[in-house]
Amino acid sequence: MSSIMSDLDEADATVRVRFVVNGRKTACDVAPRDTLVDCLRTQLELTGTHAGCEMGACGACLVQLDGRAVHACLMFAVQADGARIDTIEGLSESGVIADLQAEFHRRNALQCGFCTPGMLINAHELLSNVARPSREAIRDALSGNFCRCTGYEAIVDAIAAVAEARAAKAAQGAEGASS
Amino acid sequence: MTAPLTPLDRPNSYIGRSVPRPNAKRLLAGRGRYVTDIRLPRMLHAAFLRSPHAHARIISIDADAARALAGVHLIATGADLARICTPWTGTLDHFKGMTSEPQLPLPLDRVVWAGQAVVAVVADSRALAEDALELISVDYEELPAVVDLDEARQPGTPRANPASQSNICFRTQLDSGGVDEVFVAAAHVIEQQFSFGRHTPVTLEPRAIVADYEPDSGMLTVHHATQTPYQFQDLYSRHYNIPEARVRVIAPDIGGSFGMKLHVYHEDMAVVGLSMMLGRPVKYVADRIESFVSDIHARDHRVQARMAIDADGKILAMDVHDATAIGAFSTYPRTSVVEGNQVIRLIGAPYDFTSYRAALEVVFQNKVQTSQYRAVGHPIACAVTERMVDIAASRAGFDPLAMRDRNVIADDAYPLVSPTGYKFEALSHQACLRRLREIMDYDALRGEQAELRRRGVHRGIGIATFVEITNPSPAFYGVGGARISSQDGATISLTPTGEVRCAISVTEQGQGTEAIIGQIVADQLGLAQEHVKVITGDTEVTPHGGATWACRGAGIGGETALQAARRLKANILAIAALVLQEQAAALDIVDGQVVSAASRQPRLDVAEIARIAYFRSDTLPPGTQAQLTVSHHFAPQGYPFAFTNGIQGCSLEVDVDTGFVKLLKHYVVEDCGRIINPMLVDEQLRGGVVQGLGAALFEECRYGETGQLLNGSLADYLVPMAMEMPDIVIDHVETPTADTILGAKGCGEAGTAAASACVLNAVNDALTPFGASINTIPITPARILKALNRY
Repeated sequence: MSSIMSDLDEADATVRVRFVVNGRKTACDVAPRDTLVDCLRTQLELTGTHAGCEMGACGACLVQLDGRAVHACLMFAVQADGARIDTIEGLSESGVIADLQAEFHRRNALQCGFCTPGMLINAHELLSNVARPSREAIRDALSGNFCRCTGYEAIVDAIAAVAEARAAKAAQGAEGASS
Repeated sequence: MTAPLTPLDRPNSYIGRSVPRPNAKRLLAGRGRYVTDIRLPRMLHAAFLRSPHAHARIISIDADAARALAGVHLIATGADLARICTPWTGTLDHFKGMTSEPQLPLPLDRVVWAGQAVVAVVADSRALAEDALELISVDYEELPAVVDLDEARQPGTPRANPASQSNICFRTQLDSGGVDEVFVAAAHVIEQQFSFGRHTPVTLEPRAIVADYEPDSGMLTVHHATQTPYQFQDLYSRHYNIPEARVRVIAPDIGGSFGMKLHVYHEDMAVVGLSMMLGRPVKYVADRIESFVSDIHARDHRVQARMAIDADGKILAMDVHDATAIGAFSTYPRTSVVEGNQVIRLIGAPYDFTSYRAALEVVFQNKVQTSQYRAVGHPIACAVTERMVDIAASRAGFDPLAMRDRNVIADDAYPLVSPTGYKFEALSHQACLRRLREIMDYDALRGEQAELRRRGVHRGIGIATFVEITNPSPAFYGVGGARISSQDGATISLTPTGEVRCAISVTEQGQGTEAIIGQIVADQLGLAQEHVKVITGDTEVTPHGGATWACRGAGIGGETALQAARRLKANILAIAALVLQEQAAALDIVDGQVVSAASRQPRLDVAEIARIAYFRSDTLPPGTQAQLTVSHHFAPQGYPFAFTNGIQGCSLEVDVDTGFVKLLKHYVVEDCGRIINPMLVDEQLRGGVVQGLGAALFEECRYGETGQLLNGSLADYLVPMAMEMPDIVIDHVETPTADTILGAKGCGEAGTAAASACVLNAVNDALTPFGASINTIPITPARILKALNRY
């Protein structure tokens, strides 16, 4: 009996972590070795975040952590304790990247879609920091996101078009405010 | 001026229109459902212990400690799986004399490459399964490993498989006759050697499989990230002795495939057996490190080529030898010799000459298998041919574009048979050349190049003409005994509310198969596309078919959908004719309405016909049986393949101090016959080009002397990223095939076929002032500096 209990103790060696995921308070029991991407995908069933290389090279696992794009494969879940995490699911529901998604769709800036959530999160971060990036700057910003299908051009086009549209809208808003 | 109306020019005409993919929105919202995402009740996880040696005898396996670990459910070796799985051999009958050793999910007594799976562990989680792997010890006795291609070909070299007579897998030759005489009489003879490294597909979603065997019903369901569910249904059925109707293979969203996910992999086959042994679902997803050592690799060729030209720059003959190394086995069920076979048959294909001789030698070595990956053989054939043409042009004093203009087969010369036996229905090299010259602004580009060269800036312009194999008939695999279908099937129904659903055997990996099938069906039936639902990727739901490979989705799948839709339309109009007391021939369907064919006056909703047929059949004349579901198959007939053609150009800059290449712009003019969705075709070309550019400059599986892969991670193996890739300008010439009503040919491999050849020519063009020459792909900075004697 005691040996069974000790086995069970060993199997139960998890840590409780709490985050705000996509705007909701969430608690998970994770093993110390569980990465954030595994926790999101397996425990929280947020499968829109993908694991592509598990070493921070491909960008498929990008999520927003406290508002910054980070590789969920390079963090242990316990390291994210107390953080605000936004995944592609949350960003889709809130509508903040709706214009990017619509432009990606219109231009077919995705094929298999496996890189797409990471691309969108990176594009969203870029446009949050730089209002009208040049094509060169967009390509540079995407240099950590691997896409095997598209050849990147349509993705660059889509991001550039959204940047222009947002800038035009902002200018219109400013004009409206001043008149 | 408008072109005359064709049967395809009508309301609801979606053929030729760029419409976004209906199924792409959920992928953008992170709602894709890939095999990687699937979790089933009672599902367990598999992990594999892999060989650290390229070639070794397995002396013993001690798994007792692993077996005792809590959470471990099963440990299986080669012998365990061999009891339930019959071996497979990667040969086909039409490759005469070909050999390959039988394969099993896990090896019995010998490993033949570093990274080969040896022992399987099934546990509650992947992490636990990997913990258990660390507790397994395997005793190996190392054997001599055959690593290098040239070494494998030497007589007296150790053998990759000691039981075989030699390292030769397959040899073949082609000879049009009289080649030596032509070379003797030629004004110029050019001779070059080429080397092409190994690279690997690197799909962003790795291989993934969930096998779910239910012992009580004897039903096997496999969720499999593959292009070819029907092929795997057949294979699982035959090798595990399960009746075919009780094997269901589902291919949901797939995170990239490019040919890689249609081969049999040892781990995947093992996972099916593990699920059968446990009676529970078992999942396996390759991690990236495993992908590099177990996904198929491609290329690995050494080519010797000679070309004879006359004093006027006319190509007279080619004589080539291709040697390629494929790993320790030939893949199953498509073999590993198709690439080499296509290399020797495609060399010289765009050009008008008749004297051709080629030899192919396919050898074994102790590395992971190579096999079909996007553009199979085309990039090798194209790079060899086009580099030879450039050298010939320089020898004869012609500009590269003018040289091609002199030598391509004239657009009015078709149909004709190539010296390698390929039957060309109609190609458009001359028209494509003219278009390329315009879109590149070729003469201005040459002027700019000369100007910059004077200032020490070394730009290069590369041109590559190509022919692509699409729409394969049974001549590709069927004749060799492979149970790989060249036909497709569709079941198309008018639903009770007047919507249409089409379940079709071609599959979707993001290229837009479902979108174009929806376009074709909507077009043919006279409906808005949003009323057509397309279903793919489930052997339980669609008829059997070849699925998606060798650029057959649009040409064969599209024609299947077109013919099925026409049959359904005829059945709908037959009922409409009874209801309206009209001749069916006097009716048509436009925008979901049955109309008078002549006046276009609406007569009746299609939905109303569905309502009557499904719910008020009593109001139809006695004896009427409405057939609002049609199943239809289409197998290509006529030409064995629908060849396509095109030409690519590129402009790049070489930094002669660092050897770095900056790609400036890439250009494609392509003729894939009838274009169904121009945007999707362009995106296939762009994606294909970038895969070819990666091959040209970055991608190489590098091995050490003992057969260890040295760069098997995404940090070490370079793939093309956004920063290094150029914008790609695309134009089209449209020569539909007359073999089908639709007239579509394939386009998925055209980009990859010629991109690396373009870069090879452009780099050599840039290096002209230095008298340097490179015939090795990938063209790394180190190789450029070596060619410049600066390294």
